[in-house]
Amino acid sequence: MISLPSYLMLSAVMFIIGVCGVIARRNAIIVFMSIELMLNSVNLSLVTFSAFLGNATGQIFVFFVMTLAAAEAAVGLAIVIALFRRKQTLNLDEINILKW
Amino acid sequence: MFLYAPYIIFFPLIGFLFLGLFGSRLKNETLIGTIGSATVGFSFLLSSAIFVQMLGVEEIQRRQTVEVFTWLSTFTGSTTSLNVSVAYQIDQLSILMALIVTGVGFLIHVYSIGYMHGDKGFWRFFTYLNLFIFAMLNLILADNFLLMFLGWEGVGLCSYLLIGFWYEKKFTGDAAKKAFIVNRIGDFGFLLGMFLIFQTFGSLNFETVFNSATNISIGNTTITIMTLLLFLGATGKSAQVPLYVWLPDAMAGPTPVSALIHAATMVTAGVYMVARCSILFALSPFTMEVVASIGALTAIFAATIGLVQNDIKKVLAYSTISQLGYMFLAMGVAAFSAGIFHLMTHAFFKALLFLGSGAVIHAMHDEQDIQKMGGLKKYLPVTYWTFFIGAIAIAGIPPFAGFFSKDEILWKAFSSEHGSWILWLIGLSGALLTAFYMFRLVTLTFDGEPRFSIKQDGHLPHEAPKTMTIPLIILAVLSVIGGFAGVPHASVIEHWLDPVFAPANEKLFMAEHSFEWMEIVLMVVSVAVALAGIWAARKIYLERTEIADAFKKKFHPLYELLLHKYKIDELYQEAIVSPIQKGSEKILWKGVDIRLIDGAVNSTGRVVQWCSQTFRVVQTGVVQFYAVIFVGGIVAVLAWILFHM
Amino acid sequence: MELIVFDILAAVSVVSALLVVTRRNPIISALWLIVNFFCLSGLYLTLHAQFIAVIQILVYAGAIMVLFVFVIMLLNLGDERRLRDALSWKKIVAVGLSFGVLMELMYALMMRGQQYPFDAIKATEIGTVEYIGSQLFTKFLFPFEITSLLLTAALIGAVVLAKKKFE
Repeated sequence: MISLPSYLMLSAVMFIIGVCGVIARRNAIIVFMSIELMLNSVNLSLVTFSAFLGNATGQIFVFFVMTLAAAEAAVGLAIVIALFRRKQTLNLDEINILKW
Repeated sequence: MFLYAPYIIFFPLIGFLFLGLFGSRLKNETLIGTIGSATVGFSFLLSSAIFVQMLGVEEIQRRQTVEVFTWLSTFTGSTTSLNVSVAYQIDQLSILMALIVTGVGFLIHVYSIGYMHGDKGFWRFFTYLNLFIFAMLNLILADNFLLMFLGWEGVGLCSYLLIGFWYEKKFTGDAAKKAFIVNRIGDFGFLLGMFLIFQTFGSLNFETVFNSATNISIGNTTITIMTLLLFLGATGKSAQVPLYVWLPDAMAGPTPVSALIHAATMVTAGVYMVARCSILFALSPFTMEVVASIGALTAIFAATIGLVQNDIKKVLAYSTISQLGYMFLAMGVAAFSAGIFHLMTHAFFKALLFLGSGAVIHAMHDEQDIQKMGGLKKYLPVTYWTFFIGAIAIAGIPPFAGFFSKDEILWKAFSSEHGSWILWLIGLSGALLTAFYMFRLVTLTFDGEPRFSIKQDGHLPHEAPKTMTIPLIILAVLSVIGGFAGVPHASVIEHWLDPVFAPANEKLFMAEHSFEWMEIVLMVVSVAVALAGIWAARKIYLERTEIADAFKKKFHPLYELLLHKYKIDELYQEAIVSPIQKGSEKILWKGVDIRLIDGAVNSTGRVVQWCSQTFRVVQTGVVQFYAVIFVGGIVAVLAWILFHM
Repeated sequence: MELIVFDILAAVSVVSALLVVTRRNPIISALWLIVNFFCLSGLYLTLHAQFIAVIQILVYAGAIMVLFVFVIMLLNLGDERRLRDALSWKKIVAVGLSFGVLMELMYALMMRGQQYPFDAIKATEIGTVEYIGSQLFTKFLFPFEITSLLLTAALIGAVVLAKKKFE
């Protein structure tokens, strides 16, 4: 049987890869996709626990996370489109109007 | 009737508040003057009523206290608790002082209506005068040290306000400041004395302190220090050596101010204080000696300066300082009632002399140099005769007031166990000088030929209006008859004040002196001396003025020294004032204030600026940077959770 | 047997995740993300979570990623320009911090992790559509309804943000 720590380790690794993507890439779309990656790793973690503990609450939670991820992706991409229209670039280093 | 005692103080307070708030709007001078005088008049009437009632009552019951409200109350249950109320004590001494203050004060208020006519600060003058009477009455009628100190400071303040009344002129402002600052030095001593009293006796209430004091033995060191400190306060307020320097300069104020404050009332506050604390002074023979010595020294010192002054008011100022010296001399030889008696007579004739000089200045259109006067006898008869009576009184010719009081002091200085013949001799010399300079003043001002152009603006010098001359006449009458209150061995005043000074006299084992031939001898000597002084002055200044000029040439250095008041003011300036000023400027202002304090404040600002500039780098505006911070935070939190929990 | 399935799925998901993060072309990244989602779906199946597995394909791979691809094509993004994309300090910091977190998580799992037995029957029981449906519409009804409001808000928001202004 596959042990609990294996799943969790996998989830952790995927999460870390998502973090790296968020920090290190300049393209806004890629950053978004890294965020989706992070969300998915958390989903995995939730489902794992739900299965091992025999409690369905984890899976319900995953359901809601997915819904939210969809909504967030929609709105976030709308923002990206609006931003691109303004500045003609998706390079996050150049979007720094909030600088002191 | 006793219960109404607080109203004595209340009336002038009302006058002050009313005139202070509405006086500038009232255009009618007579109204302002009447209100100002009426309040003091009412106080006088009330004091007289209480006095009459006291006469009809037994001796024991003559001392009563009326409390108005509790001022401070810190009950800690032990001796460190301070309990002070605004309460007034009516006893023989305080009612006598109250009568003097309100009576002479009333006369001077009436006089001021005429003197200050046309002045644009007329209402301000009466406001301040009423405030002064209020403070002075507080001082006299207080039943504890703290309330007395309140009055003490109050009269100092009013002195400042009134000396500097014509504030547009710079030298009046300087004089006012000088008075206040020199007073302050004395007040410092008073305060320290109060602290010591509180620490020793646990209370500031007169009754408590004096009752406890009767159980202490003579020569106690704490009491000595205490009384020395209190006396320091008295020297400041009553212009003794070394803190007398403010009084001559205070003549820059209007003449009624000089009459009221610097002759009759405020300067006597120190004498009153010593009299009130007689039991404490009696416990310390050393302080008594100091008091007597300084009194005698001041008496002769000031008299020598007064000999050569040419400003009519300055002569009177130095005369005041000298007479105050006599009062302290009396206190120092344990002749407490004699000192108070002299206080009373001095109030009469000194106020008279000042008011008379005011009439002269008024007639001479603000000329104050007596070298430019002369021959005013013809033009100002009333002024002349009242002034003459005042001069005779102060010179000590019987049966006028000054004779009895001054003679009592001289006799006690000679005969008392605490006096000595040296003190008597110094006092006698002072009396000679007093007679001489007073009549030099009278002669130069009123007699002989006029040394000025008679017709000024087409008018001859004219007599002052009735509001000014009537007080002069009243005071002249008092100067004549006032002495009979203190005829030796039948002294009404001494008998009246006996209960007040009884504890002190007991401590000092003062026995009732019986009649001695020596007394008559000394009396004759002093009268002779006074007459000699008067004769010499009239001779020199009326007929043979060349003697005066010859003296001036021969003893030129001495003359210059006296004219410039022994250069004491300059000495103080060099030794004390200048170093303090320079020190303040260099060290306290430039060093501490600018560098330290301003520096601290500015540095705080700069530190904040520096911090914000350093920290604002964090706001890069780039979202990923924030994400990095997040992750960093996660690392830290995880580490803490894993390794510390 | 199950172990092999798990190993393959895990390996592919990790590799695809790495490729998502490192590719320059956004379309390539999107495609590799889709592969990642499929792997995850498989992993859910190994855990007997049927409903979630199917939802994962439908929603994530089928809707969200399609949206992503549409937007990338709409914006006509080419390759990310080859700016001196050398070893910038940002990358070092990122990798360093991430490595740190990874180490901490591994430590947590190994030293403090607890073992649980896997009850396949129970897992199957709770993974069915039926069961989840029953839970969703009774115990978690309120969040369910709120989520619909949320989706409405997101819908309107997206439309407002992305449309062209009235000229």
